[in-house]
Amino acid sequence: MANVLVCIKRVPETSGQILLTDDEQAVDARHVGWTVSAHEECAIELATQVAGATGGTSTVLTVGSSDAVEQLRGALAVGCDSAVLIEADTATYGPADVAAAIGDVVSAHEANGTTYDLVLLGNDAADTGDFQVGVRLAALLGRPVVTGISACAVADGVIVARGEGPEGTEVFELPPPAVVAVMEGGVSPRYPSIPGRMKAKRAPIETVSPQREPAGHGRVRWKLPPQQPSSVEILGTGPEAAPAVVDLLEELGVLSR
Amino acid sequence: MTAAGVGVLVETDGHGATLVSREALTFARELAGGQPVHAVVVGPLDADVEDALLPQLGEQGVAMLHHATADGLGAYSAAAWAAAAVDVVTRASVRALLAAGTPRGNEVMAHAAVRLGVAMAANVVAADGVDPLVVSRQVVGGTVLEEMRLDDAVAVLSVAGHALDPAPAASPTEPEVTAFTPTLSEADLVARVVRTEVGAPDESAALGSARVVVGAGRGAGSADGFKDLVSLTELLGGVLGVSRVVTSLGWRPHHEQVGQTGSRIAPDIYIPCGISGAIQHWAGCSSAKTILAINTDPEAPMVTRAHYAVIGDLHEIVPAINDEIRRRRG
Ligand SMILES: Cc1cc2nc3c(=O)[nH]c(=O)nc-3n(C[C@H](O)[C@H](O)[C@H](O)COP(=O)(O)OP(=O)(O)OC[C@H]3O[C@@H](n4cnc5c(N)ncnc54)[C@H](O)[C@@H]3O)c2cc1C
Ligand SMILES: Nc1ncnc2c1ncn2[C@@H]1O[C@H](COP(=O)(O)O)[C@@H](O)[C@H]1O
Repeated sequence: MANVLVCIKRVPETSGQILLTDDEQAVDARHVGWTVSAHEECAIELATQVAGATGGTSTVLTVGSSDAVEQLRGALAVGCDSAVLIEADTATYGPADVAAAIGDVVSAHEANGTTYDLVLLGNDAADTGDFQVGVRLAALLGRPVVTGISACAVADGVIVARGEGPEGTEVFELPPPAVVAVMEGGVSPRYPSIPGRMKAKRAPIETVSPQREPAGHGRVRWKLPPQQPSSVEILGTGPEAAPAVVDLLEELGVLSR
Repeated sequence: MTAAGVGVLVETDGHGATLVSREALTFARELAGGQPVHAVVVGPLDADVEDALLPQLGEQGVAMLHHATADGLGAYSAAAWAAAAVDVVTRASVRALLAAGTPRGNEVMAHAAVRLGVAMAANVVAADGVDPLVVSRQVVGGTVLEEMRLDDAVAVLSVAGHALDPAPAASPTEPEVTAFTPTLSEADLVARVVRTEVGAPDESAALGSARVVVGAGRGAGSADGFKDLVSLTELLGGVLGVSRVVTSLGWRPHHEQVGQTGSRIAPDIYIPCGISGAIQHWAGCSSAKTILAINTDPEAPMVTRAHYAVIGDLHEIVPAINDEIRRRRG
């Protein structure tokens, strides 16, 4: 039986045009809505799979404003059993602060009898992209950690994690409890069912306050790279353009021999 | 940050230092401002890789190669690599430690930052100021830049792939090599690779350094729609890169994906076929020197942001290009 905790972050939807807030500290999400990253959607899926396969539980957690309940309910709708909101204004939080807040809740739950054998996170947050909360959390908890993992299962009391390495698929075997940061590509997140949505709507959300003041981040400001005006040269339409294409390839020297 | 030496974790492949590690060395040399650059390599090195590596480090002006060897370093473990890198911070008293922004580079730098009790800046593209150290780094999948201050005694950061070219130093060096045994604990080796399964070749490394990349998106139509695209890739001696729609639908493996959650590429030419050019895809291909888009939609962002475009059905255009290349080769 493995109890799994999966940590997700409410982030602005950024598939369209990106605007920044006036204080240049974040993406202006007023007109685009909110989501969780693709890596974390895969982590949610892995959490429910591991809990299901081992007869354990899956708990979803976020550090954020009360609005982030929307993302917690999204995870409950696709199979997580319970949800925790660490309610905080995260504008001043750096990755070490997020890790500390999560670590405190993991320790508190453990003191109450729930040990998380596996803590899953995304490899990197879709907005701030710090690539480190998982490693920092593992250090605080004194647990082993691997990042960049696309598939993960618990068998015979061992966490087997796989990720793409420079020479092929790398396999790690970790003794629980451990921390794993997930990258998309190994599993497909599922869509919520109607009963899943209904259940999620009514589910209670454990809400706690962080125990310490944030140390902060080094952010000075965000800026958008300058937009290049379109200067595309259309070489032609349809197959008749092939000679012009090959002329270009020759000119660029990529058509040797 | 006062000027002082800079340490760089260097990743190797069969040809010596990887391209992105050489980029990180160039970044380090500029950051060091005349102070020595120290390279760190962890684990066993084949003699021929070392023979290739030393001149590359010399070309980058590296003063010293610190080669960490110990029992247990034969397999990758981020904690052990970080222990070695942190040892070099002390041994060489460097003021900044950095790596390429690869999965391993970011993972090891995160561990190193924890050990040093400092912040870490991921995917840096430029140093804007040295005292205090302010860097610009990629956030929101590379579509936004963050100015970040690094005030700690040791700055830890990773350098985004293809943010700069690996330029040779004005005066090349002959790096001194020192082997050392890092201080490792048992805990450092718990999360190590126990085996590597060599399946279908992983193209993500090849994509990152390819001179020619042919891209394929939803416009390919189905898993069977790639024959002509693969032929074009082969005719150009390039590598195939695809959009996330293509990997999500299972048409091609995930390691071929280009973009925010795939590989970043910087080829001489990128030929995206049937790819709309969503911001997350663009994040991975914007460093291409030339982009030639093939798309039915003249208004697709990939077309309007490309240098060249052909408008029409890729299933008619790509075979015609292949035929034309074969015809000219005779
Ligand atoms: C968190 C997150 C991360 C993401 N990461 C990535 C990533 O790493 N990489 C990535 O690629 N995407 C990523 N995406 C997805 C991205 O937003 C787009 O959905 C995706 O890139 C679109 O793929 P596409 O261009 O193949 O498909 P579409 O957007 O559907 O475009 C298909 C294009 O093909 C053209 N076309 C159709 N038929 C033909 C034909 N016969 N001949 C020629 N042209 C034709 C159409 O005009 C259109 O322009 C991410 C999204 C999110 C939310
Ligand atoms: N505010 C947060 N609440 C919960 N989890 C978070 C939060 N921020 C980051 N994480 C997790 O940590 C991962 C890595 O984030 P980062 O190190 O900030 O790039 C993310 O993919 C999330 O799984």
